[in-house]
Amino acid sequence: MDSTATRVPTLPGLAIWLPRLEAVAIPVAALIAGLAVFSLFLLALGNSPIEFFSLVFKAAFGTAFSWKNTLSRVAPLLFAGLCVALPARLGLVVIGGEGAIALGGLAAAVTGVWLASLPGVVGLPAMAFAAMAVGGLWIGLVGLLRIKRGVNETIASLLMAYIAIALMNHLVEGMFRDPASLNKPSTAPLADALRVGNMPIGIEVHWGFGVGTIACVLCWVLTDRTTIGFAARIAGDNVRAAQVQGLPVAKLIVGFTTLGGAMAGLAGFFEVAAIHGSANASLVVGYGYTGILVAFLARHNPLAIIPVAILLAGFEASSGLIQRRMDLPDATILVMQGIVFVMLLLSETLYGRIKFFRPELWEDPR
Amino acid sequence: MEALQVETVGMTMRFGAFTALDAVSMTVRPGTVHALLGENGAGKSTLVKCIMGFYHATEGGLLVNGREARIADPIDAQRLGLGMVYQHFTLVPSLTGAENLVISRADAPRVINWSAERAQIAEFLTRLPFQPELDQPVSRLSAGEKQKLEIVKQLYLGNRFLILDEPTSVLTPDEADEMLSHIRALCMSGEISVLLITHKFREVRAYADDVTILRRGRMVGGGAVSRLSNDALAHMMMGDAATPRAPHRQETEKRPVLVVRGVQARSRSGTSHIRIDDLTVHSGEIVGLAGISGNGQTELMEMLTGQRPLTAGNINVKGAAYSATRQEARDHKVRYLPEEPLKNAAAPSMSVAENLAFRDFDMGTSGPRLWQDRRAMERAAEAQIIGYNIKTTSAHSPISALSGGNVQRTVLARELSGDVDLLIVANPCFGLDFNAVAAIRERLIAARNRGVAILLISEDLDEIMELSDRLATIRDGQITFQGATSSITRSEIGVYMAGHA
Repeated sequence: MDSTATRVPTLPGLAIWLPRLEAVAIPVAALIAGLAVFSLFLLALGNSPIEFFSLVFKAAFGTAFSWKNTLSRVAPLLFAGLCVALPARLGLVVIGGEGAIALGGLAAAVTGVWLASLPGVVGLPAMAFAAMAVGGLWIGLVGLLRIKRGVNETIASLLMAYIAIALMNHLVEGMFRDPASLNKPSTAPLADALRVGNMPIGIEVHWGFGVGTIACVLCWVLTDRTTIGFAARIAGDNVRAAQVQGLPVAKLIVGFTTLGGAMAGLAGFFEVAAIHGSANASLVVGYGYTGILVAFLARHNPLAIIPVAILLAGFEASSGLIQRRMDLPDATILVMQGIVFVMLLLSETLYGRIKFFRPELWEDPR
Repeated sequence: MEALQVETVGMTMRFGAFTALDAVSMTVRPGTVHALLGENGAGKSTLVKCIMGFYHATEGGLLVNGREARIADPIDAQRLGLGMVYQHFTLVPSLTGAENLVISRADAPRVINWSAERAQIAEFLTRLPFQPELDQPVSRLSAGEKQKLEIVKQLYLGNRFLILDEPTSVLTPDEADEMLSHIRALCMSGEISVLLITHKFREVRAYADDVTILRRGRMVGGGAVSRLSNDALAHMMMGDAATPRAPHRQETEKRPVLVVRGVQARSRSGTSHIRIDDLTVHSGEIVGLAGISGNGQTELMEMLTGQRPLTAGNINVKGAAYSATRQEARDHKVRYLPEEPLKNAAAPSMSVAENLAFRDFDMGTSGPRLWQDRRAMERAAEAQIIGYNIKTTSAHSPISALSGGNVQRTVLARELSGDVDLLIVANPCFGLDFNAVAAIRERLIAARNRGVAILLISEDLDEIMELSDRLATIRDGQITFQGATSSITRSEIGVYMAGHA
């Protein structure tokens, strides 16, 4: 059975691309299936799915204003998506990005208050660095717990997110509270010089979108074009094989979780410096959790995070209009996200089963 | 209930162009122990898989009590009263023996009336010549007790023809003797017939009535055991070269390469210690480490690959302390071939080309590299796929799509490429077919002849006898014997592996 192969079988060029096509086709199919199921839910409530989706489209991508509304929500989803996708390359499921966003935002705000007299070119990078450091430390600790004590990173990151949020609230209401913030305890407002402005692209979208996009590209270069990313893939696919090869699995885990946390910290930085102007409970609005959906839809590919984040930001941007026009609660969008996520998890079982995408199944190798 | 007669008629199994089983006809008479003898890869497991319905024979058929039986799957086999005891246990470790018996029944009720079941089991046990331990969780039982329970389970399920697949490979000699005498007693009382897969002559001689010998998929002989001498059995099993020592040995200079001295580590279970006082592997020699599975081989491999921390002692490679970092392995040209390569040495969802690149992807011509060179990776992969005869649809196919032999070849190609000074191998041929085994052993000998120091950890004594220049045995985490392979007989090795009975 193993006797006479003397040449490497070559495949038509298309066949090499088929597995990559699979990685696109299956999530897209899952998204469509999820939306179809969600349509049934709308019908059951007596609403027209057609009206719903055309409204969503209009509110998310229909006009310049809706594009602005959508794109300004993309930044935190890009960063939160990276916080899930980077550890996922090592086979780790980290779902606690929300905590790193909260603490990162707080660190940025506190640094901004401390450096109030500095010009933006110095102060903003310092704030961003503080946010990344705290976010990175928080999720990096999850990685450290994993390698040192074998603590499950999913549970650890989730529980640490609760701690982070409580800590943020505690500090915002206590130590770092601006006495002038009466209704909503916040840190002192940032000086104007320490606010992040809009990008010069014609529509009002803050720099978070641009930086987030660049971060996605750089992370993709790291994961898909460097030997570090390759080592991470080996460790993520089979940690024992990576260990036998002497690859620095522990360092990779700490490095990737720290980098992921730093990205989530940046989300907090932009929320504070571009949107709210101070740190407060508005940092905790679920971006970290939507980031999980983003990363999974993108198959943990940092480049794919960009379009997916824009799509999901569009859905979120439309919830206000949906609520007003169709008299649906704004949680409807959450229902939709939940259904899509379940579909996505179901679709994970399809990989490698659809013969069309797998040339090696076309004929029995024997 | 009575013992069954089971007969294969011209049973043939082909996989593509490869004939794993070639018109094998044999009869297991009711109430007898029938030994199925053959080397690894001779077709023993293919034959029993055909009987049990895991495979469907390409040609030929099966008669049970003289009637044709069509067996589509193992459930059909069980319905006819055919049962199999596997080499590895199929009991649920956290349940007691009695619980394991009840849940193994296809008709186990949704709500189990335990007192009724217990009474029934107690009544059933009175008919047995031996008593298994039923009240302890299986995880607390010794290997022998577990094996006994496996057999009781088959009887409890009403099976009257049992296939035992190397049942003694995980047992001490005492346990093996006890178990086989029970089996023998059950056969003599006409309760069951047994097909015993083994490659131990002693067991055949002491416990079997008849024997069938397979070699390369063909039935090469058989008959009543009493009429066949051990020499005749060996001759039939091995062919003309009765004990094949791998040929073409060339001697090169012998320098110590791997020196393990006074090394200790905790065992997997954490309850005992692995202690290797002195183990040296020289360049240009193969040292075989023989042992019954679970005596510390896995742990030793982990210690050598840096996956298990040492509590004492040190490992030296070419005179320098060695802790198995990637840099040290590279500097000293140390390579590993762990057992079950898909599980321990490959990333299943990554492509063949990527898997071939594990060793060198981060090294450029002039030092460590940050950017990956996919084109170079693919070029290197194509050369290795040809050089090592790896059968794959393309270099881009995931390695998990390959057959076991080709996965092993891929890993071998990766680990034997370039300069190698020390190769540490564990069970390299486990579960592979005849051709793959031959090819892999040839590669190992070729590497030895080039001056590579090879530590071969194997549970297959034949493999060790064939390949190794020196041989060591391991038991309870300690080396119990070391010496030239030619200086010791199989049965002496058996004593060192199993301890003095």
